[in-house]
Amino acid sequence: MIETNGKLRHNRLIILRSDLSAKAVRQKGRKLIEFERVAHSYSGGELFNEVSLRLAPGSFHFLTGPSGSGKTTFLKLCYGALVPSSGVVRIFDDDVRQMSRDDIALARRRVGVVHQDCQFLDHLTLRENLALPLTVSGHEALDDDANLKELMGWVGLTSRADALPPELSGGERQRAALARALIMSPDVILADEPTGNVDWEMSQRLLTLLIELNRMGKTIMIATHDLGLIRAAKNHVQARVLRISGRRLQLAGADL
Amino acid sequence: MSVLRSVIDFAIGDAQAEKAVPPTGFTVRLTVFSAAAMAFLVVFALALSLAAGRLADRWSDELARSATVRISAPAAQMAAQTEAALNVLRTTEGVESARALSLEEQRALLAPWFGPELPLDALQLPQMIEVIETASGFDGDGLRLRLAGEVPGAVLDNHARWRGPLVSAASSLRLLGWVSIVLIALATGAMITLAANAALAANAQVIAVMRLVGARDSYIAQAFMRRFTLRALAGAAGGTLFGAFALLLLPSASEEGGFLTGLGLQGAHWFLLILIPILAAVVAFLATRLAAHNTLRSLT
Ligand SMILES: Nc1ncnc2c1ncn2[C@@H]1O[C@H](COP(=O)(O)OP(=O)(O)OP(=O)(O)O)[C@@H](O)[C@H]1O
Ligand SMILES: [Mg+2]
Repeated sequence: MIETNGKLRHNRLIILRSDLSAKAVRQKGRKLIEFERVAHSYSGGELFNEVSLRLAPGSFHFLTGPSGSGKTTFLKLCYGALVPSSGVVRIFDDDVRQMSRDDIALARRRVGVVHQDCQFLDHLTLRENLALPLTVSGHEALDDDANLKELMGWVGLTSRADALPPELSGGERQRAALARALIMSPDVILADEPTGNVDWEMSQRLLTLLIELNRMGKTIMIATHDLGLIRAAKNHVQARVLRISGRRLQLAGADL
Repeated sequence: MSVLRSVIDFAIGDAQAEKAVPPTGFTVRLTVFSAAAMAFLVVFALALSLAAGRLADRWSDELARSATVRISAPAAQMAAQTEAALNVLRTTEGVESARALSLEEQRALLAPWFGPELPLDALQLPQMIEVIETASGFDGDGLRLRLAGEVPGAVLDNHARWRGPLVSAASSLRLLGWVSIVLIALATGAMITLAANAALAANAQVIAVMRLVGARDSYIAQAFMRRFTLRALAGAAGGTLFGAFALLLLPSASEEGGFLTGLGLQGAHWFLLILIPILAAVVAFLATRLAAHNTLRSLT
């Protein structure tokens, strides 16, 4: 069992005046996502087994490992897109196996996911795409939503608000994916290769955004094989680095 | 009332949800077209069914009318045979009443042919007995046998009987009309299911993204259901109007024309047409709902 030291800081910014839901979680228990002796295999074979992990509120994790080792799979287990082959995954204290499809949908509103391939609805504008999580959870009056505007400014996409996703650059898409993951003010942010196809400078900017979010109390997990990114982060945030290796999840040490 | 409310809410819908699913192009046009064509057919099946029903009712009414027993006997035996025949009839199952016509009544029957001055006394007229059947009717052959045994001069004439097969034909036709309507509704449902499945498959990626950001199945299904239901409603309304117009062009019902000219709708039956688009909408709603929930269940 890898224990993570939950470290909660006071909101420095008001950009995402969330934090009703975060408080609810704090009251409910300190476990956001919990793995208990989890194994997962596809038809091709087992990716990992005996994985136990507890994501405490406010923690910052990196998840690394070679391509194909199962990082994306691991994140999918975290937001209920997959059910483990064995073991138990709990999201906000609920066993994924016991959750209905509606329960999963509700849980996803509290977990912001930055997909590896940044999926958007190509027929909607960037603004509408960023607002999609609000839309599907029944919020109204999106255009003058202050949160949305602020968030777009924060990721530097205000001028692209009316562009369609296919018109965006790779970096813009990745920032947009991050913004969409944040719009619901989630407790947890799971980012799969958020800096996958951007240059160093942009990846530093994105990292800074994520660190800033962590300082506001968000729990962050970033899957990446970019060790440079991890090293850069370690100067600014107390992050734990997990590595999938030899079908086990290990805590990476000082070799980074 | 809450049902009405949810129907209204559903029809007004959620513009944002509607937007999240991209236009579904040909599948929706296919739905409009098949709903229109099917509604057009239902108009005629309905008209046929109702007209056949009207005929069946009218003809079976006529059946319920009298049969007659005619007694030809020498004057001396006439009264005795009449009495005997009435006795037979009174004890026959299926006969409600039997009554010998008076001289005046027989004169009235003959007047159209021979004029009112006919000297009936001079003629050897048969005695007519009017027989009223019960709803179930009597067994004509059995009665004929009994009469032949007991009243040699009696002849039973249940002329209305020839309409019996026509009534059952009309009833079958009415049934056929209803069966057609049910089949058309099922076929419409099948077609809309196919169209909805195609739309859902084409939008698998969209659905996946919506699920990813926390959309519930019902929310996603609603966007598709609303689209197909409203299109089916519109298409069927158009088809129904078209069918109604075609019915109006048919020659109007007339006494002599019998069946063919009576095919149109009459009176309040025109209001039944309003039910056709509603039926189409209900069918589309259920078909799309089923298709959407089946598709969604297979996604994470
Ligand atoms: N749905 C699936 N069915 C079968 N095999 C799968 C499926 N998804 C992933 N895999 C396989 O599981 C392995 C792990 O995939 P995963 O995407 O989790 O790796 P990853 O660590 O994220 O890789 P990368 O760094 O390239 O993104 C790969 O070999 C992949 O081919
Ligand atoms: Mg991956």
